[in-house]
Formats: sequence, structure tokens, C-alpha cells
Amino acid sequence: MKAKIILKVATKSIMKSRMRSLLTALGIIIGVAAVIVMVAIGDGAQKKVEEQIASLGSNLIIITPGASNTGGVNRGSGTFNRFTFDDVAKIKNEATLIKGVSPIVGSGGQVIGGVGNWFTRINGVSPDYLEIRQWPLESGEFFTERDEMARAKVCVLGSEIVKNLFPNDDPIGQQIRIRSVPFKVIGVLKEKGQSAVGTSQDDIILAPSKTVGDRLSGDHLHLNSIQASALSSDKIAATIAELKSIMRESHKLNPGEDDDFTIRDQSDLSEAATATSRILTILLASVAGVSLIVGGIGIMNIMLVSVTERTREIGIRLSVGARASDILVQFLTEATVLSLTGGLIGVAFSFLMVYILNHYTDQSAYIKPQIIMIAFGFAGAIGIFFGFYPARKASSLNPIDALRYE
Amino acid sequence: MENILIKTVDLTKTYLVGEIDVHALKSVNITIKKGEFVAIMGASGSGKSTLMNLLGCLDMPSSGDYFLDGINTSKLAQNEYANIRNQKIGFVFQGFNLLPRTTALENVELPLMYDRLEKVKNHKKQATEALKRVGLADRMHHIPSQLSGGQQQRVALARALVNEPALILADEPTGNLDSVTSVEVFNLFQKLNDEGITIIMVTHERDFAAFAKRIIEMRDGRIIKDALIKDRLNAEEELKRVLAEAEIAE
Repeated sequence: MKAKIILKVATKSIMKSRMRSLLTALGIIIGVAAVIVMVAIGDGAQKKVEEQIASLGSNLIIITPGASNTGGVNRGSGTFNRFTFDDVAKIKNEATLIKGVSPIVGSGGQVIGGVGNWFTRINGVSPDYLEIRQWPLESGEFFTERDEMARAKVCVLGSEIVKNLFPNDDPIGQQIRIRSVPFKVIGVLKEKGQSAVGTSQDDIILAPSKTVGDRLSGDHLHLNSIQASALSSDKIAATIAELKSIMRESHKLNPGEDDDFTIRDQSDLSEAATATSRILTILLASVAGVSLIVGGIGIMNIMLVSVTERTREIGIRLSVGARASDILVQFLTEATVLSLTGGLIGVAFSFLMVYILNHYTDQSAYIKPQIIMIAFGFAGAIGIFFGFYPARKASSLNPIDALRYE
Repeated sequence: MENILIKTVDLTKTYLVGEIDVHALKSVNITIKKGEFVAIMGASGSGKSTLMNLLGCLDMPSSGDYFLDGINTSKLAQNEYANIRNQKIGFVFQGFNLLPRTTALENVELPLMYDRLEKVKNHKKQATEALKRVGLADRMHHIPSQLSGGQQQRVALARALVNEPALILADEPTGNLDSVTSVEVFNLFQKLNDEGITIIMVTHERDFAAFAKRIIEMRDGRIIKDALIKDRLNAEEELKRVLAEAEIAE
């Protein structure tokens, strides 16, 4: 028999008992929709986590001062501060795999300006900093290399500062006093939200590093840390190796001597976070997968009833020349068509569900194309698997008994 | 020899019912020529249904040979049995055995679907022709439940004819029909037989057997009588007579 005829016969049989076919397919519809929606929710959550990590700055590499280890006494990380502007300059000149590098000169203090005062953190950074952190400006502009050189007293405010000091006004062009030193506001940062550890990233003021070093931190030579960004995420390891050798050279460390700095990237954090959400996705998908299997059992159940009910039909088909294999193929095709149609409706249904979820809740579920193929293919496989036994039963009927069956 | 359609040699069928062997058919030898119209009679349990099943290639003999159209069918595999049913035999059953919720046309197309040789390209046309032959061209798109018993049996007959088989096997074809309709069906049988189609039918009623040309009687799995019918009934005349009687009764 031609495939076209087989399909036609199967579709006709399904259409002859519409209600039953719909109920049978419902198991698959719900199963497929559940798998896709669950995975979509999981993927959405994972994407959110990834975005959050990316918001720390894509390919961000942080170099912090290492431990002082004099005379065998290791005093822990950060105890021996030897980072200087020379280190940054050397990295900037020699590193080939970085997009940008910035010193971080940390300070903090009371800020007076606008409608009141506010205690916040002031970071001295280079003009590269925004690119390193993937942090766009809301308005105004960022300071330049020239401002750095001139130790200009200009600053850029985080959105949290603007909320507290300039709730009604445009802060740009205004004067604020940081620990009594007057700074001119030249820009405002876009809101970045919470960091991965839950603190606000927007409660900050950025100023040229040398200005902060000279005017605020009281130590115009040393830096708190250095931040750089790798050119691409797959070259992070190479970038770290490069930075390490530059830093060792810059600090004149002999071979065999321990590093006096630590280089970290975001991969540990992102791996932990994505692993968590991946487990969530797997969990959701397996629960949904169980419902798909239950749907398959539903198909088997109905197909078995159908074979019994249609014994006479099978007898008639055998008597007019159908082979056992024709009957097998017919019932197998029916089960498969049923489950694939159910799968198709399930896919459509899942799109609707995801649309409703994203529209009416704060979920950001999204459907990956592969997952559609997987769920759809799985539905087909279930149809064949659970359709085989009933089809086998139908094809093994003896024509005489089948014809006589009441 | 050319003319011989069916030849059985010591055809035997034994069923195992529980632990007892039931000899349904014991060494039956029949020869049927092309163009014959044979009625097989016998009480229930006489073996006539078993014989029909074997002749129809629905079942395999326990021993003996069955030659159909020159082919020794007892040596064939299951799939070839299916092919023979498809190509050489048309069945008409007592209970019509049409697919429910399926139009007359589609029912008649059924055997064409399983024709592996694909002799017929246009299934619809061939099925329509077959329905015309049984006078049901105007009922093509009706489903069985919309047809009378006589019409349903004619659809079944069209289905039996559609593959142009060498043989039509009818198992109590009028068992579910009233006498007028029965005669109508026999009228059709006689016409087809006149066109050269070989017909073998099983019947309970001696009156109906008289429409055939030859009668075979069976008892206990054996043939006890095999004779030509002398005063054969003409179904067309019979039909007129029965209709007239019905009018009088009213």
C-alpha cells in the first residue's frame, strides 16, 4: 500500500470518532505543552540569571592584591597592597587580549548636594570602566583621558544617588561636595539593579581614578584593584594567563615566587548559577515528561479498545486481501498520526501558554526551537511505542474469527 | 483442464477443540469449472463453512491440496494467501460485512487499496463501475446505515466484483434478507453468472439452491450428493411471481 493511502485510511479512522480521538490525543497535547512550557520557564529563569551575571560586565576579570607572605607568615588576601598606576599602564600597553582595563581606587564618604546628603561609595576609575562593566549612561557624558590627566573634579552618579540627592532636578552640571571636595556632575549611569550577591550596584559615584587618588583616598599611588575585560568569553583563560605574566613582570617576581595578586573571572559564579537553574529545568521537564508518558499509555489504552471494537473491520480488510503487515501498519499509523497531531496541537498550545505567562506574570519564559523538535519527536516516538502492541494484536487476528466476531 | 477453476484433492481440515480433534472436513474432492454456479447445502456442522473458508483461502487445510486457477494454494505463505484473496476471490457474507460509517463507494474501493499489482489506476472509476453493475450508482455516497439490507448486500457484491475475481464466494448471502429482496439478489447473481463469473454459495434453503446450476450436499465433513439442478429457477420470473403474490396479499 502506498504511504498516501495508509495516511488517508488512518486519518479517516481518526476522524470517524472525533471525540474519542480528541480525548486520546489530549494526553499527548497536555504532555507536550507541559514539557515545552516547563522547559521554557526553566530556560527563561536561566536566561535571567545569565543576564544578571552578564550585567556584572561581560568577560569581566578582576585582579586583586594578593597575600603578603613575609618570613613564612601568610597574612591573607589584600594585606599587601602593591598595585600602582604603573601596573595598569603596563597592562594597557602590553596586553593583547583585553578590551579595556581600569584601576579601581576605592573611597567612600558623605556626599552633599541637591536636596540633602548621602553616604556612598566613590570609585576612581578610568574612561574604559563603562565598557568593561557593560554599563551605559542614562544621560550626560563620561569623563575622558584628559580629565584623568588633569585630575579634573568631575563625577558620574549612579541612579540611586540621583534618586536621593536630585529627585526632581537634572543633576547634570550641578555641583556636589564629596567629603567637602566640590565635584561637577557630568553624567548619570543607567540603573543596573542588584548585584548577584544582592547589593545595589547603583549606589555609587564614579570619578577619574587619579582625582580620587589625590583628593579623596589619601593614597595617590596605590590602587584597590584592577578590572579588565577580555575580548571574548572563550579567550578568558588565555587572557588571565597573559595578565598574570604581565603582572608578574610588573611586580618583578622571580620564577618560583608566589603571585602577590589574585585574578578572578565570573565563570565560577555563572557556572554555579546556571547549574542551579539547569537542575530546575531538568526537574520541571521530567515531571512534564511523565505526563507525556501517561498520555502515551492513554493512546495504548484507546487503541486496544479500538482494536477490539474494530475486529470485524480487520476481518473485512483481511478478507479482501489485506496482509497482516497492512493491518499492523494501519494501526501503527493511526497511533502515530494521533500522537503527532496531539504533539502539534500541544506545541501550539504551549506558545499560547508562554504568551499568557509572559504577558500576565513576571516570568520571562521563552521557547527554544530545539525543545519543540524534541517534544514533538518524543510525542511521535511515544505514539509508535505505545501503538505497537495494539497494532500487533490487530495484525495477529485470524480472518475467520475476526469476521465472525460480534 | 483449461476450464477447471477449482480442484481439491483429499482436502481435510481438523480442528483441535480442547483436547479433542474435530474432523470438520474429511478428504473432500471437488472439481468446479469456470462459469459454474454451485450451491453448497448442509446442516450446521456439516463442514460447509469450513469448506468455504478453505476455498476462500481464509484458512489452510490440515492436509490435501487445493488448486485455484491452476495454483496449488496449500503450498503458499500467508502473504500470498492475502494476494489470492485480493486477486482471485470476492466474498459476499450473510451479515454484509461493510465498513460502518464509510460510504458505499469507499467500501467498494477497499479491495483495490490492497492490490499490490496496482492493476487499476483509477480506484474511484472502477468502484463506480462495480456499483453500476449492481444497480446502485445512485447510492454511491450513502453509508451502510442509510441503505436497506438488499442494497447493502449489493454493495458487498460490488466490492466482491471490483477486482474482477475468478470466483465469488457467497456465504448465506440472503440469510438476513426477506424473500423478495433475496430473489432480487439471486437475480443479480444469475445475471453475473451469465456474464461468466463463477459463483459458489452456501445456503440453508433448498428453494434458494434452485437458483444455482449445481448442488453439493454435505454431511459430517463429507460430500453426500453432487448433482446438476434439473428444474433451475429463473430469478427474474420468480421475482415477478413473488411481487404479484405480495400484491395479492395486500
